[in-house]
Amino acid sequence: MATTTLTKAPRGYDPAAATPFLEQLDRVKGGLPGAGLSWLDGLRDQGRARFAELGLPTVKNESWRYTNLRALDKLAFQPASVADARFDVLPTVRADGATGPRLVFVDGRFRAELSSTAGLPAGVELLNLADALARKPDLLAEHLGRIAAPDDQPLVALNTAFLADGPVLHVPRGVTVEETIELVFVSVGSEAQPTAFHPRGLIVAEADSRAVIVEHHVGLGSCTTLSNGVTEVFVGAGASVHHYKVQREHTESFHLSHTAAKVAGKGIYDNFILTIGAKLSRNEVTSVLDGEEGDTHVSGAYMVRGGQHVDTTTFIDHAKPCCTSREVYKGVIDDQARAVFQGKIIVRPNAQKTDGYQQNRALLLSDTAEIDAKPELEIYADDVKCSHGATVGELDDDQLFYLRARGIDKAAARGLLIGAFLSEALEEIAEESVRDAFQSYVADWQNAR
Amino acid sequence: MAATTETVEQVRAVTEQKYKYGFTTDIESDVAPKGLNEDIVRFISAKKEEPEWLLEWRLKAFRVWQEMEEPRHWAKLSFPPIDYQDAHYYAAPKMKDRPKSLDEVDPELLKTYEKLGIPLREQEILAGVEGAEGKSPAIAVDAVFDSVSVATTFKAKLEEMGIIFCAISEAVHKCPELVQKYLGSVVPYTDNFYATLNCAVFTDGSFVYIPKGVRCPMELSTYFRINQANTGQFERTLIIADEGSYVSYLEGCTAPQRDENQLHAAVVELVALDDAQIKYSTVQNWYPGNAEGVGGIYNFVTKRGACRGRNSKISWTQVETGSAITWKYPSCILQGDNSVGEFYSVAITNNFQQADTGTKMIHIGKNTRSTIVSKGISAGRAQQTYRGLVKILPKAEGARNHTQCDSLLIGDQCGAHTVPYIENRNRTARVEHEATTAKISEDQLFYCRQRGLSEEDAVSLIVNGFCKEVLKELPMEFAVEAQKLVGISLEGSVG
Repeated sequence: MATTTLTKAPRGYDPAAATPFLEQLDRVKGGLPGAGLSWLDGLRDQGRARFAELGLPTVKNESWRYTNLRALDKLAFQPASVADARFDVLPTVRADGATGPRLVFVDGRFRAELSSTAGLPAGVELLNLADALARKPDLLAEHLGRIAAPDDQPLVALNTAFLADGPVLHVPRGVTVEETIELVFVSVGSEAQPTAFHPRGLIVAEADSRAVIVEHHVGLGSCTTLSNGVTEVFVGAGASVHHYKVQREHTESFHLSHTAAKVAGKGIYDNFILTIGAKLSRNEVTSVLDGEEGDTHVSGAYMVRGGQHVDTTTFIDHAKPCCTSREVYKGVIDDQARAVFQGKIIVRPNAQKTDGYQQNRALLLSDTAEIDAKPELEIYADDVKCSHGATVGELDDDQLFYLRARGIDKAAARGLLIGAFLSEALEEIAEESVRDAFQSYVADWQNAR
Repeated sequence: MAATTETVEQVRAVTEQKYKYGFTTDIESDVAPKGLNEDIVRFISAKKEEPEWLLEWRLKAFRVWQEMEEPRHWAKLSFPPIDYQDAHYYAAPKMKDRPKSLDEVDPELLKTYEKLGIPLREQEILAGVEGAEGKSPAIAVDAVFDSVSVATTFKAKLEEMGIIFCAISEAVHKCPELVQKYLGSVVPYTDNFYATLNCAVFTDGSFVYIPKGVRCPMELSTYFRINQANTGQFERTLIIADEGSYVSYLEGCTAPQRDENQLHAAVVELVALDDAQIKYSTVQNWYPGNAEGVGGIYNFVTKRGACRGRNSKISWTQVETGSAITWKYPSCILQGDNSVGEFYSVAITNNFQQADTGTKMIHIGKNTRSTIVSKGISAGRAQQTYRGLVKILPKAEGARNHTQCDSLLIGDQCGAHTVPYIENRNRTARVEHEATTAKISEDQLFYCRQRGLSEEDAVSLIVNGFCKEVLKELPMEFAVEAQKLVGISLEGSVG
């Protein structure tokens, strides 16, 4: 055993994997927006230091035991340059031809000419980070890095170190945004080398406000990209934020995402993620119920095939009494694909009258598909009602028989049952237009077989 | 003098702790010097007059252990570092040979078992007195006191049927080929920190072999007692059920009340061949420490059963009420087609107890089935975690698992956690997991109180109801004891 190790890396991390990222960072650092602002430099340095210390998590890390990031190590990602891609149609949940507030990011960089803030009520700010630094510096200084702290999350640390661009939404007290706000993230990459970008989002909904946000993540071409996004969501007292996301990148992309929400008293944070694309994806959602009578929904659906790997890791933190949480996740896994679901609910001491519900179900469609699930309850208060359920299995033979007996061919019957299975999760989406759009993505996936 | 002494003792019993097995036996013991090194391993092996292969195996394990890291990063347990050098690894009551009659057994030992509440009839049996064996035998006992097995009952009767039930140290001489073939075949010497330590320094334990087609006519039982201070207990149990056989095995344990923590790191290996069935029941009642969390046993146990044969079945039932810390995951490796694994558990933690316990069901063969029912009750300032793994390998077609984990919280200072792991690599397998956490409802309490039950009795009644699904799996001999234990363990947790 070596006795001359300088600093011992914490268990489950590979600090050596940090080196290529840090080298790139030092090259681009000076050109990052807001460089020279002391609080922002401080935040980035904190992220850099922590990432340098930890590096990438390994499978020995309890939270990463089922998702191996070694592929990232080998690919030597380079920071994205401004992609000059043209788009005929951008994805939207709106009816044909309709326009509305939208921010577009290509390889993590804002594209003003594709974006619009039309239709937003007065006082609502929808900006990219660089503009926000100029126009709302206090808002950023007050909120950035406050809930997605880099401490024990190496990928948040990495994102923080590279913090450069992303969407910023500020909804003032009592304002309801009627129009659905769309955030479009397009991965293009480069033929020359694998490309990495680290979009950083911030949503601040003040007391009694309301907003509906849809994130679209799509890919163009087939270049290898890594999107390592972090979004922080502040839900004020009595405010409600409906935050939906669909990820349909191509299967050469890596999609890592961390969404952290903090919900004040009587606030509602509603999150839904539909995952269809990417070679390897991980969605980490954290929702902290930080005031009494808060409510959070963390749900989603995923469909994977080929050699895809999808990881859903959720963390619901009942920090205050009388809050409710609901979580419904459903997944379909075909071919050699692998799905991971890790869902943790923690009920802190004194968070009495908590009502927590979690369900996760997966369908295996092939003999080589794999699911690893770890639903977790950690409870420190006694007057609580918490339950979780997990089931894993194949399509029900009886149900298939029922349909076949009615003259429906096997493929169509399977399609119907898979669609019905996923619908149960999609029903968690309260916004009808979003639900319909997401349903159509599910249908597209099924038809693509 | 008697009256005053008695009074003093009674008062102490009431005020100190309601752990009634907390006394010590004053008996002369052979104790190995403190510390852990190769010489100690050799010393133990020599004491047991072991063959060369076993000593080599122990030494291999010891060398592996020295390179191992204590598994502290994943279990939800916190305890100060253990100084593995500051304990005796061998302690045995002094006796010339294994006793052949009641007269040869040290009277202090007899008194100990009497005080532990093992019925007198049983105690006569324990000492192997002629005549006692003729009376309705229900249970054969192997009594392990510190590091050695002091007596095994009903051996002769069992031998008539070809059943071998004896101390493992005896089996090493009696049927070395069986021991050599199966020892470490389920829990290899490289398995984990505590199991590997056990491989190096295990002292005694029970050995059971049930021959082909034999249904063991009585319950087999081992009673573990830690007496000596500053000793660890490292027993090793090996049960082999040959084709078409059946055995029900019970394990009980207690320890004196001491202020320092004592280590118990046992390994239990079960092997079930074609059509064989093993039912393994445990009532674990090691000293849990006092109400302030001082003292108690660290119970770090590796229990694993291999369903090697077709249609074989292994069933674990455990009632865990004792120990300061429990780290225990009785598991089934379902290798044979159609084999069945079961895990029924009641774990009760009170005061400052910590338990991280659960099971692993590894489905390898076709149509393998497993059932997990876990009931956890946490009171006082205790922290309890259910941690279980259900793993379905690609060839386990038609595998089924159902898991039910329920936790009950009594008081707002305790914690109850559920961490199931599900890994499925077969499409046709079906895995279901359900978990709930709740507290005793006001309605239930009110209903009982209204009918004149005290609050403590009401809680005990409700908790017994909560655990019923598991308690009914216990053999009769244990079920009654277990129900009482449920009540005792929770004393002082309400009001």
